[in-house]
Amino acid sequence: MSANNVLLEVDDLKKHFKVNQGWIASLMESFGSGEPDYVHAVDGVSFELREGETLGLAGESGCGKTTTGMSLVKLHEPTAGDIIYDDKRLSEASDAEIKQFRQNAQMIFQDPFESLNPRMTVYDTVAEPLRIHDIPNETARVQRALEFAELLPAEHYFDQYPHELSGGQRQRVAIARALVLDPDFIVADEPVSMLDVSLRAGVLSLLDRMTEEFGLSVVYISHDLSLLRHMCDRLAIMYMGKIVEKGPTDQIIENPQHPYTQSLINAVPVPDPAVGRERVELQGEVGDVIDIPSGCRFKNRCSEYIGDVCDQVVPPLEQKTEFEQDVACHLYESAEGYDPYEEMGGSPSAAETGEGAESTPADD
Amino acid sequence: MAQEEQSSRSIYTDIDDAGSDEEINKWQRTFRLWRETLKEHWGLLTDELSVKLSMLVVAGFMLIAIFAPFIATHQPLQRQYQGEAGIIIEDWVEPSLLGADTEYLLGTTAEGFDIFSQLIYGTRAALLVGLVAAIFTAGIGTLVGLVAGYYGGKVDDALMRIVDFLYGMPLLPTVIVLVAVLGPDLWNIILALIVLQWRSTARVIRSQSLSLRERPFVKAAEVAGAGDWHIISRHLAPNVLPMTFLYGSFGIAWAILAEAGISFIGLGDPNTVSWGTMLQASRAYSALSFGAWWWFVPPGICIGLLVISGFLIGRGYEEITNPKLQ
Ligand SMILES: Nc1ncnc2c1ncn2[C@@H]1O[C@H](COP(=O)(O)OP(=O)(O)OP(=O)(O)O)[C@@H](O)[C@H]1O
Ligand code: SF4
Ligand SMILES: [Mg+2]
Repeated sequence: MSANNVLLEVDDLKKHFKVNQGWIASLMESFGSGEPDYVHAVDGVSFELREGETLGLAGESGCGKTTTGMSLVKLHEPTAGDIIYDDKRLSEASDAEIKQFRQNAQMIFQDPFESLNPRMTVYDTVAEPLRIHDIPNETARVQRALEFAELLPAEHYFDQYPHELSGGQRQRVAIARALVLDPDFIVADEPVSMLDVSLRAGVLSLLDRMTEEFGLSVVYISHDLSLLRHMCDRLAIMYMGKIVEKGPTDQIIENPQHPYTQSLINAVPVPDPAVGRERVELQGEVGDVIDIPSGCRFKNRCSEYIGDVCDQVVPPLEQKTEFEQDVACHLYESAEGYDPYEEMGGSPSAAETGEGAESTPADD
Repeated sequence: MAQEEQSSRSIYTDIDDAGSDEEINKWQRTFRLWRETLKEHWGLLTDELSVKLSMLVVAGFMLIAIFAPFIATHQPLQRQYQGEAGIIIEDWVEPSLLGADTEYLLGTTAEGFDIFSQLIYGTRAALLVGLVAAIFTAGIGTLVGLVAGYYGGKVDDALMRIVDFLYGMPLLPTVIVLVAVLGPDLWNIILALIVLQWRSTARVIRSQSLSLRERPFVKAAEVAGAGDWHIISRHLAPNVLPMTFLYGSFGIAWAILAEAGISFIGLGDPNTVSWGTMLQASRAYSALSFGAWWWFVPPGICIGLLVISGFLIGRGYEEITNPKLQ
């Protein structure tokens, strides 16, 4: 029952970054000529996170996974859209409510070598959130969190600095820091991709225990579909800032429907020695995230391309008649009776207007 | 159902219910960690011979400055004898160190001042200028750099415009104007040096803060709900501190050199003896052409020793802190 309670709802979230132009361009802009360019990092993403579930976010590099995750814990101010936590829209929340939210939303970062302050001891790193929120019994809580993260004996680690720890130990410290406030949900952004392969299993099983024993909701970001399959209850596949397919993990892995998901699952991950992690390689180039193409964003790489409708009408993420998961593709019939051809044939400008609204710039 | 139980309880429940009596004292801990860090840095720093020697030199000068009245044999600005004309003497005594039969260790100046005593008292001026100017330039520069780098945007723009403006101000003309307006006092010279010197510290600290604030550990603190001041003081400041010390120790050397330069061209404080004013006087009386090298060589050596020591300590510190900065 409680597993179906929605903890967090993401409502058409957008995050655009202003492209860093030279000073000439910004000067021209301040005189009113020339439009600034925006990277559409996240461009209209909606999903819900239920209590106790693990939701996987997958997709190629640069599709906006990290930006989505950071927006979830309010590291980014959304350009548009909103996040609803505990029936409260965060954009309208008071300072006290934001503080409450901060106490319940934590994040584990990709690079454990970067996510710990090199001049702070393990104890101070883990105790910091408690100090910020004035939570009593600091020492006992820090100790408990470190023990949970299997850093034993905990006292042994209190006075160590990050440079004295291995990558796996650092990531455990980062996990202890995220758990010490007893949060409701955690965003884990590729938490094991920077770790030695031999250390991954340990950290993964820790993350598994974390969701079990804390009853946590987790947004798990990764390239690695086999890993997500193991960790997640549901998956959302992202492409160029949008979710293209969303549903139960088994459904998506075993029965992918969106052409992008299909090629993602068929692609073999190749090790990338330069980055030290595996990357999925697909045919073709990702489209332009500044000048968003009209219609379906996947059209120039899609093997199923079915003509003008793909070129002109943005496929909405919706329920389809034939299967369980939601898919954003014109190949399948909408369960709600939405007809993309109507939009195209009825008024040719409709697609245009839709596109115009899409690229409306905002701050940042 | 099991799920339900878990979400209302946590692994901390018993701690929250029962409380806990073993609580680490935050201040004691912080104090201990600081002490350990300083001890470790000190150990690494004094490992290097050049740094150790430099520190001995600086310590020696400090002792001299503190005990100047006991070491000096005469009053530094008291004429030791009167010439026939009564005002300008143009006659010096050779150093007793060289075997001359006088009471003046390093001889006297053409004005009849004891050079040894001037040298001893000059240490005070040098260290005063060096330390005060360095502490203020490093302090102001670090604070401005942290604020500009952390807040970015308009705050950064405004502060960096001030820095750019100061970069446009050349040393000597600025000092001339300031000294002309405020009077040739040692403190006014220090003020001028501070005004001109904090800019470079500010720039370096700013660029460090700019990159630090994008680092994930700052993001993690933000996620935990840390405010601006918390992030600046706990996460940025400790990471730029080595740079502050580095610029501080270079600042000491630079300020001593600058003061000597200013005094040498005659803008020094006439009521204070400094190594710079000694050099200036020796030049005014053409000590070089009269072969009275004992007048200008000792202050020159002292300036050189102190300045080089400052640079060596700064460099040594940079070497031990940089690898940890990554
Ligand atoms: N702070 C920023 N300023 C400008 N552009 C940004 C910023 N952060 C991200 N971007 C851009 O937004 C897009 C999405 O980035 P994001 O980091 O969310 O991708 P990702 O899916 O996490 O990729 P990866 O798998 O490589 O981590 C990229 O094109 C990136 O260059
Ligand atoms: S909408 Fe068209 S182009 Fe896009 S994925 Fe579906 S078939 Fe391919
Ligand atoms: Mg990422």
